[in-house]
Amino acid sequence: MIEALAGNEQSYRRLLTEVGNRLRAYYARRLGPGHAATEDLVQEALLAVHMRRFTYDSERPFTAWLHAIARYKLIDYLRRSRAHRSLPIDDFDDLFAVDASEAAGASHDIGQLLEELPPRPRSFIRAVKIDGRSIAEVSAGSGVSESAVKVAIHRGLKQLAKRLRGTDAS
Amino acid sequence: MITTPDLIDTLASGLQPKPPRYLARRLGIGFGIGAAIASVAMLLLWGPRHDLVAALAAPPLWIKFAFTGLLMLAGLAAAFDLSRPDGRVPRAVWLVIAAVLLAMGLLAVLQLANASPDETGWLLMGGTAASCPLLIMALATPVLAGALLAMRALAPTQLTLAGAAAGLAAGGSAAFIYAFSCDESAMPFVLIWYGLGMAIPTAVGALVGPHLLRW
Repeated sequence: MIEALAGNEQSYRRLLTEVGNRLRAYYARRLGPGHAATEDLVQEALLAVHMRRFTYDSERPFTAWLHAIARYKLIDYLRRSRAHRSLPIDDFDDLFAVDASEAAGASHDIGQLLEELPPRPRSFIRAVKIDGRSIAEVSAGSGVSESAVKVAIHRGLKQLAKRLRGTDAS
Repeated sequence: MITTPDLIDTLASGLQPKPPRYLARRLGIGFGIGAAIASVAMLLLWGPRHDLVAALAAPPLWIKFAFTGLLMLAGLAAAFDLSRPDGRVPRAVWLVIAAVLLAMGLLAVLQLANASPDETGWLLMGGTAASCPLLIMALATPVLAGALLAMRALAPTQLTLAGAAAGLAAGGSAAFIYAFSCDESAMPFVLIWYGLGMAIPTAVGALVGPHLLRW
């Protein structure tokens, strides 16, 4: 996105394609698969991303920005369609339910970042911090001492934090 | 109906780079034009108070400037952040608003507590209580319009809050401008009537935000 904001057409094309796919998944999940409005919403949100791309602050996560736009367009659509014809009320339930896509977007970013780490810390961090296994389990599974696992995770996270501060995903 | 890949193609071709400080500039232009109109209106319609130079040497006018100016800055800072889709009101903004209201309330109470009973009425109502909030509101109108117009082109998603932030910036700037022409200097008066003059545009902004800021 940062390259796109600088005017790089190639990066922007790739970004929009990726964003389009994510939006399609997002709206399909919210409206139900095969809903007629999904592709309309995807295009509307893409257009909004394009028209309002300068409101993205490169210091902040891109997924949060994108998600806020996607959500805004969804709410807008639901409001409009409610005004024209009444939709069954249970369609609105998941608007207020816990937002899974935020977590999904975040884990997508983390997944990408993790790929850049060496294999051992990467697998430890994934096992302990994401899959929720204990240090002891990981230590037993890999034949490395518990303190070595802890140190590897600590160093890996530090490296990730450095990377997060230095550059930005997308 | 255009297909999505075609749409992406259209959007990506001829991509313009981001102008520097885009958000601040858009908001600044809208707000600035509104504030300029309000300033000119104040100068033409009432003009500055006749004892302005003398008043600049005493604390009450500076307290009025601080009271209104800080709330204006708080409103601007909030409007700036809320112009992003993922924006929120910075915590510092809430702190500034709370601190300013608290300090102003304290000053007003102190002045009232030290006044004799027959002064109380004047401290509260001054000579212009009826017109003060109305004139501030009138001055706030072009500023609010300018700020909302600018924010329409940005991407607020919390429209009520964004409208209120624009309203506070407009009310604060209008009260700041009005302070040049108003010769009231009692703290309770400033708290109540300037406060009301700023609160009304804030409420108006919150009410019209969801209608005017949609995109």
